[in-house]
Parts: sequence; C-alpha cells; structure tokens
Amino acid sequence: MNSENLLTLSGVHTHIGAYHILHGVDLAVPKGQVTLLLGRNGAGKSTTLRTIMGLWRASSGKLHFAGEDITALSTPEIASRNIAYVPENMGIFSDLTVRENMLLAARSAASERQMDPARLQWIFGLFPAVEKFWNHPAGKLSGGQKQMLAVARAIVEPRELLIVDEPSKGLAPAIINNMIEAFAELKRTGVTILLVEQNIRFAQKLGDSVAVMDNGVVVHSGSMAALSGDAALQKSLLGLAI
Amino acid sequence: MLQTKDLTIRFGGHVAVNAVSCSFAPGTLTAIVGPNGAGKTTYFNLISGQLKASGGSVLLGGRDISSLGVSARTRAGLGRAFQLTNLFPNLTVLENIRLAVQATRSGRHRRGLNLWSIWSDYKALLRRAEEILNTVAMQDRADAIVASLPHGDQRKLEVALLIALEPQVFMFDEPTAGMSVDEAPVILNLIRDLKNDKRKTILLVEHKMDVVRELADRIIVLHNGELVADGDPAEVIASRVVQEAYLGASAQDASEPSDGPAAGGPAAAQQGSTA
Repeated sequence: MNSENLLTLSGVHTHIGAYHILHGVDLAVPKGQVTLLLGRNGAGKSTTLRTIMGLWRASSGKLHFAGEDITALSTPEIASRNIAYVPENMGIFSDLTVRENMLLAARSAASERQMDPARLQWIFGLFPAVEKFWNHPAGKLSGGQKQMLAVARAIVEPRELLIVDEPSKGLAPAIINNMIEAFAELKRTGVTILLVEQNIRFAQKLGDSVAVMDNGVVVHSGSMAALSGDAALQKSLLGLAI
Repeated sequence: MLQTKDLTIRFGGHVAVNAVSCSFAPGTLTAIVGPNGAGKTTYFNLISGQLKASGGSVLLGGRDISSLGVSARTRAGLGRAFQLTNLFPNLTVLENIRLAVQATRSGRHRRGLNLWSIWSDYKALLRRAEEILNTVAMQDRADAIVASLPHGDQRKLEVALLIALEPQVFMFDEPTAGMSVDEAPVILNLIRDLKNDKRKTILLVEHKMDVVRELADRIIVLHNGELVADGDPAEVIASRVVQEAYLGASAQDASEPSDGPAAGGPAAAQQGSTA
C-alpha cells in the first residue's frame, strides 16, 4: 500500500471533562481505501471519530485532511471539506420525516426535486425502509431502520470521506449484506471510508487497512489481509482469534 | 408460563403487531428474529407494558397482566433490559446495582425502623450487589460513574440490573449490540448461565445468527407484525420465509459483496455522466 493518506492524526490527545481519553493517537487513512478501526469498548474508537469531526477538541496533536491542517477547524468547517459522518447514536431528527432528514443531508439540493434521482433509487434498493417510510416521521422507525436512514443520509451525495461508527449495529443479515455492497460500491467510485465496526466478518469483507486501538492509542496498524491471516496477532490485539 | 393471545397494536392505519399468539415455557430460550421493522421490539414493548395493546392480552402464570403498567409487570416477574434508559448516569456502577437489589428486596425484607436491621440489610444489599458485579465481570469498574463508561460496559450493567431484579422472565433485546468481539462472550455466558435455571423463561431478540443458533431452544419469526414461523431452530433457519425475508437472497454466502457495480449505483451514474 503506497497510496497517499487522505486523513492523518499525529499524536492526538483528547480530554473529555476530567477524563483523558486519547493518549497520542497516530492514525493514517489511505485515500480510496476502506480503513477499519477496531478495539474493545472504551479503547477510544468513537472518541477518535468525534475528534476528527471536531466534536471533541484535540488538546494536543495534529489532524490533517487532504494536506490541510484541520486541527483548529469547527465541526461545520470540517464537514464542509466534503466529509460525511454517522455518529454512534445515529443523530436522526425524530420529528422530521425521513424525506426531510435526507434533504437536510443533501447539501446541494434545496428540494426533493433537486436530489439525484438515480442515487436515490440506488439508496432505496439498498435500504427499502427509507423509501417505504419516506413521508413518515423518522422517530417512528425501528432501531434498525433508523440505522439504515443514518447511513442513507450520509451517502445521499458523493463525499470524499465517509466515516461511520458501527454501520452494522442492529441490522438484519440481509440489510448488512446490502450495507457491505453499498460501501464496496462507494469505494469503487473513489470514496475513502473509515469505519468503526464490531462485526468482525463485516470488517473482514470490506477492510483494506486496519488500525487497532487500546487504552486511547493505536497499538497496531497494517493491512486487513495480514491481520485476517494471523491468528496469534488477532488473539493478542482483539482478545480472541476471529 | 408467559403467553400472548392475539396481541395487537395499531399506530394509525399501520398494524405493527398483528394478533400474535404465543406461549413461552420456563426452561426455554426463545429467539425472536425478523427483518428490521418486523415488530420485534414493539412486541417486547407490549409484553413489558411500555406500549398498551390495541387488542389481545398478556398472561403471566395464567394471570392476565394486560392492564398493568411497566412497574407492576416488573414486580409480577417480567424483567427487561431497557437499552440504557434505566441507568442512573451520575451514580457509580455499584450504586446502580445496589439500588436495583434494594428495589427488589425492600418489599420482602422490611422489618420496621430498627437501626440494626437497616444496617445489616444494607450490608446484605451491598454483598448481593458485589456478587452481581462479579457475575458480570465488572469488579474493576465498581466505582466508575456510569456516564463515563463506554457503551459496552453500560450494556453489561443493564444485564446486571436485570439479574438484580430476579425476574421469572428475562427479555433481552440485542444484548451484545455495540460490544467488541472479546466482550460479547461475557454477556452470552451470562445468558447461558441463566438458561441453567430451568424456572426461568428467556426471550431474546437477536440478529446475530451464530448467537441464535447457539443459544436458542426455539425460534419464532415476526414479519410485517405477524408470527410467520415457530419451531426448532435448525428447521426455522432453513425455512423459506427466513431465507428470503430475513437472511436475504444471497443467504448462503452471508456477506459476500457482489463483484459488479449495482445497477443504478453511483459508479454507474458516474459512467453515465462522463459518456
């Protein structure tokens, strides 16, 4: 892998209140690849994603996106670098309809008519619930359907970097397959993808590169293929062979 | 024995759970599977009392509990993990468990206002709380404030609270969602232990088929709010309705991504626009 990195974190520390969560994270996200961030609960994966988005401020260290120092930028400024982010809690607007949730994420479209119809049809095929409940309040969706909407919203327009915190959580197997297909398809169009994922089969299907976190630092990074083929490494990094 | 008879709920014109009749015997773990939006969580909500049914009834030990609220059903023996909403975020892990133990025992152990009995009760409560803490392998987190815990640990704490309530019926809704590969087994082992107590009835909503295969004595399938399959796990998993509606057309190859771009996908659209 000699591709350039779209996103890099160097020595990033993050504090949340009195808690010191990230202890110098070094992470490189290669352009055009799918990078998986693995590690046990509390390792700092979601905090890393939130720090990338400026939702937590790095107390020291540097973040670079496409060559630009984004460490001091606000969340809207970071998002406007053409980055989509699906947080762990999905961030659905419950009182808005599914359509309105999608429209809000479609930054270039002022109305439904301006949304790319081919892309919408593609999304409807992947996540039937989005089409079925198009004019229903999003708060009425089931947990899994909200997860579909959260990802659908993030991919409603082409983005340079897509960041998703646990895409497969709460989804039925058929929909997980659709999600894998969606990310593979996005990657083919040149999108760079960074995922936190606990479903290890999902991670293996999609991952090009992998970073494993523990206690607020990245303790391993390399190719997913190398990790998949090394049971001893899996055991030492993930606590069990996969 | 937990039973639902023609249990139904409508939201406007939408029938989310449609006349579901089912019995759950002690000593049996029943997995409830189905596509997203099939009505699994709604069915749980109707049983535990979060939602009032539009029709039908819920019976526990032959007693109709349909008119009871959530807390009365909990006292009657229905134990459900509430997906983080019943944790006290600003208390410690141990305090949360102690409160659950206290809530369960206060009715049974009240002995009037005697300082000594209050003190010995307190010590007994604390001992039981610590026991449960060990059961869920969270000893090292006893004094952590719940709000500061990672998601997976909060889920473990939920199970601890459920155990503290000593219910007859355990209801788990995706208990390992959001847990890492090395932590999910802790919860699964807990459920396995609960299964050894043949007086307990266990209901499990779960999407992970390897978990279902391993733990379930029986599977029921909900689809569009209706009970469409019920029986032996291997048979139900092999049934057409599960293969098509739940696992998807490419079920055998669970998560094999297709090679070519999906029709109408952005790659196709991009090619179209450059042509």
